[in-house]
Amino acid sequence: MSFLDLFALDFMQRALVAALLTGLAAPAIGTFLVQRRLALLGDGIGHVAVTGVALGLLTGASPTWTAVLVAVLGAVLMELIRERGHTNGDVALALLFYGGLAGGVLITGIAGQGAATLQAYLFGSLNSISSEDVWFTAGLTAVVLVVTLGLSPQLFAVASDPDFARVAGLRVRAYNLLTAVLAAVSITVAMRTVGLLLVSALMVVPVATSQQLARSFRATLLGAMVVGCTASVGGLVLSAWLSFRVSVAPGPTIVLLALAMFTATWPIGVWLRSRSRLMAPFPEVSATPHRSPVEHPHEHGRDCGHPAVPHGDHVDYVHDGHRHAVHGEHYDEH
Amino acid sequence: MTPADSTTAGTGAGSQPRPERGPDRGTDPAVLERVSVAIGGRPILRDVDLAVRTGETVTLLGPNGSGKSTLVRALTGLLPLARGSVRLFGTPLPDFEHWHRVGFVPQRSSATGGVPATVREVVGSGRVGRRRLLRPTSRADRRAVEAALDVVGLADRAAYGISQLSGGQQQRVLIARALAGEPDLLVLDEPTAGVDLPNQRALAEALARLKERGATIVLVAHEIGPMAPLVDRSVVMRDGRVAYDGPPLTQEVAAHTHHAHDLEAPEGDAHDHVPHVSSPFDWERRTRP
Repeated sequence: MSFLDLFALDFMQRALVAALLTGLAAPAIGTFLVQRRLALLGDGIGHVAVTGVALGLLTGASPTWTAVLVAVLGAVLMELIRERGHTNGDVALALLFYGGLAGGVLITGIAGQGAATLQAYLFGSLNSISSEDVWFTAGLTAVVLVVTLGLSPQLFAVASDPDFARVAGLRVRAYNLLTAVLAAVSITVAMRTVGLLLVSALMVVPVATSQQLARSFRATLLGAMVVGCTASVGGLVLSAWLSFRVSVAPGPTIVLLALAMFTATWPIGVWLRSRSRLMAPFPEVSATPHRSPVEHPHEHGRDCGHPAVPHGDHVDYVHDGHRHAVHGEHYDEH
Repeated sequence: MTPADSTTAGTGAGSQPRPERGPDRGTDPAVLERVSVAIGGRPILRDVDLAVRTGETVTLLGPNGSGKSTLVRALTGLLPLARGSVRLFGTPLPDFEHWHRVGFVPQRSSATGGVPATVREVVGSGRVGRRRLLRPTSRADRRAVEAALDVVGLADRAAYGISQLSGGQQQRVLIARALAGEPDLLVLDEPTAGVDLPNQRALAEALARLKERGATIVLVAHEIGPMAPLVDRSVVMRDGRVAYDGPPLTQEVAAHTHHAHDLEAPEGDAHDHVPHVSSPFDWERRTRP
């Protein structure tokens, strides 16, 4: 069987669709979590969802549904603790993380299932997705995308300044709970793709990648979705291609591909940011004493290589800690 | 202090005749009656009476910890009242629904979040009070954002990233955000704190343009600086009570109406007057009346 033959297989097609949907949903809600500086909330919800999966294994109910239920409950609980719990909120969150993971492993044991069963949920098992799972994933993704993109003005206002949003008449707590619930839902969407322990990567890494290049929130959000899709579909294809030689799981491949994209854009982001700092106009301050340098052999100009920074009605050339402005035959030190 | 000192009836009005104001006070933008606010059980505001009338510019002065910020946070519904009542535009606070009429500039809040955003996006978020759910940005939204940027003099910076601006410019963006909602009452909590003089002047110009249009402004300030000519009335807070309410004071006089800074508690967070909790689940009980 060749590499291209793989794409004719049903399970591969289902896996591709699931990966694409995950790549869309996770970064969309992840952008709002990063905006609120809650990048690790997704990780916490993922840990709590392990208990949900275990409960499904124990009771014989669908682990996906019990995971959604427990993840949503956990997300709401975390949000309430964070809202009320002042500075020690992160400790309370940590308690929930570890409780969720330990509870999940313990209950899986009680259910008589081995670590291998749990591993499918912890690190993803794209290749064992049923068509029912694909429909489930598609439905949840549609809900997440419609709500996140449709309410993005409100969610942005709440995420960037809760006090202001509340005085503007928004129900801040309801929106915060909605964000937490949507995060929980997209985590269970991503559970089959990258697994609960790596899920937060798909919520955060595409956003971090996108904001290296983007300057606006909108561009960051859309860019993160593009990066997320590229990483999840690309990672799946890459792992399928590599699997002819070595045993490669799709989940880690997707996450590492996303990280590689971040690593590639990071130097560009550093350069863009330092350039925008360097080229920011100097403030116009009246009556600063300026002196003329005695002699300056270099002639500044359009292509002289020194940053030309706007300063009021003229341009200052910056080099070696000087700001030189043309004044007749010489340069003034501004 | 006698009870008469803390009542506002007529003190500010007598000094500045304002013919456009009718005799009916029922729809004054903000009226506080015997308001007490407790944070974590400790009384911070005690028996505050204050009426802000339409078109008035009122400054709240006083040392750190005197309750200025608590007062505006109670006024905007961010803090529950322990006693008394607040009415906005004649409606008691719990029933008040026209929040788009109130613009708020929070204290020392950072304009930058974890994700980059442009000046236009941040100012645009000031429209949320007027937007309907699941609707795209309307032409009126865009116009209001451009107008607000124009008032604070940052129209040429609309496409800049917010983190590219200086602190003073960011403060002006936050004021533009409040203006984008086209409020009738603007509440600013220490907008000049840590802002350099040129930016303070730009702030004063923006507020002057609003005042010309008939907006009501409540301004918490540590120092008035270039805002002084705008002020119609000063209210000096001291230890959670109104110590002076009347014609504008200069900074020097205001500083002498209370003893030297005897209450230097850091102000800002909602729980600043309360000892911090030491256990993650030991949160403060917030009782609503």
